Amino acid sequence: MTYARDVGALARKDLLLQLRAGDTLPAMLIFVVATFVVFHFALPSGSSDLAATGLLWVALVFTALLGLGRAFVPEREQGVLDGLVLAPCDRSAIWLGKAIAMLVFLVAAEVVALPVFALFFHQLPWAAVVGVVLADLGICTVGTFVGAMAVATRARDLLMPLLFLPLAIPLVIGGVGASVVSGPGRYLEFLALYDALFALLCWASFEYVVAE
Amino acid sequence: MLHARRLGKRFGEKRVLRGVDLDLEHGGFLVVTGPNGSGKTTLLRICAGLARPTEGDLERTATRARIGYLGHEPLVYRELTGLENLDLYGKLYRVPERRERVGMLLERFGLWEARHQRVGAYSRGMTQRLALCRVLLHDPALLVLDEPYTALDAAGAELLDAQLAELRGERTCLVSTHDPARIEPLQTAALGLVA
Repeated sequence: MTYARDVGALARKDLLLQLRAGDTLPAMLIFVVATFVVFHFALPSGSSDLAATGLLWVALVFTALLGLGRAFVPEREQGVLDGLVLAPCDRSAIWLGKAIAMLVFLVAAEVVALPVFALFFHQLPWAAVVGVVLADLGICTVGTFVGAMAVATRARDLLMPLLFLPLAIPLVIGGVGASVVSGPGRYLEFLALYDALFALLCWASFEYVVAE
Repeated sequence: MLHARRLGKRFGEKRVLRGVDLDLEHGGFLVVTGPNGSGKTTLLRICAGLARPTEGDLERTATRARIGYLGHEPLVYRELTGLENLDLYGKLYRVPERRERVGMLLERFGLWEARHQRVGAYSRGMTQRLALCRVLLHDPALLVLDEPYTALDAAGAELLDAQLAELRGERTCLVSTHDPARIEPLQTAALGLVA
């Protein structure tokens, strides 16, 4: 219960910070909608739905990257990570709170993005939507972890995509697979397994990321 | 409370701290002085548990929950109000009767009226006062204060004098300063570092 309270307090703090800064969610929304508009005109007429579905996943991963790149900005600019690290709560609560806040923003962006995608391209099957939700979990757990690693370095803006994108490849494979095949169960299971495995790894090793 | 033997720290090839010995018993008040670049901040970060020494041994009996650390940064969020910042730390430190304790500290440090303002709107001195509230919030057994008088006006400095005097003998304090005369009456030991 104490751990849940710590995570709740930290997630609430992250949501408040991002809402008050007012930059992450609008940036994500503008980016994802603009990307769909570009893709709409870039794809030749008569292109298959499969190609459009692939582009959906490209847009989602880069939209998430945009948000994740801002995840630890308050801690970096104001040096607050030292304060959180010194607090007696389990340090993984810092990661989990931030991952939850990022998940809220990513889902909020997708609530707008998916209907816009349907408007420009085609309706998404239910399996694709489930795939997006499962992929969001993986993106936020891994992305927040990588963000914490990158924030400690000088080349943080360079390091974040370099570390995150290779780790997101399985999510894209699973998501695209779940979106285009007739029996998506295998791909959805793969995404769930990825989420569980990486959530466990990030939870167990976050302590070493924030400790000197 | 705090014992160090031949403590040292390197960042790559650069040595920032060398051969520091210190003993600080419960209730002690150690003043650390030294010129810029002598390693005061590094020593205090090591003692607070924020950095690891690359040489020597450090023994600290206070757990993380019982350490109050004031660094060069106030360690508060600019987008949150003073009250929200202290409330967050109060939750993380599981401070009993949190709201009363937060209110008492805000009042003592003259921030009660500004409690609903975002820290970004605070002056540097007000932010330092809030940082001091954060440090004292969980009633730490070991206070590690890195140049705590920075940015405080005369009234703020007097408040801090009074607070440190109140804690003397009951809490263990490790304080770095460029103005040792100010806290000389409180000190039980001194450590001078050289660049």
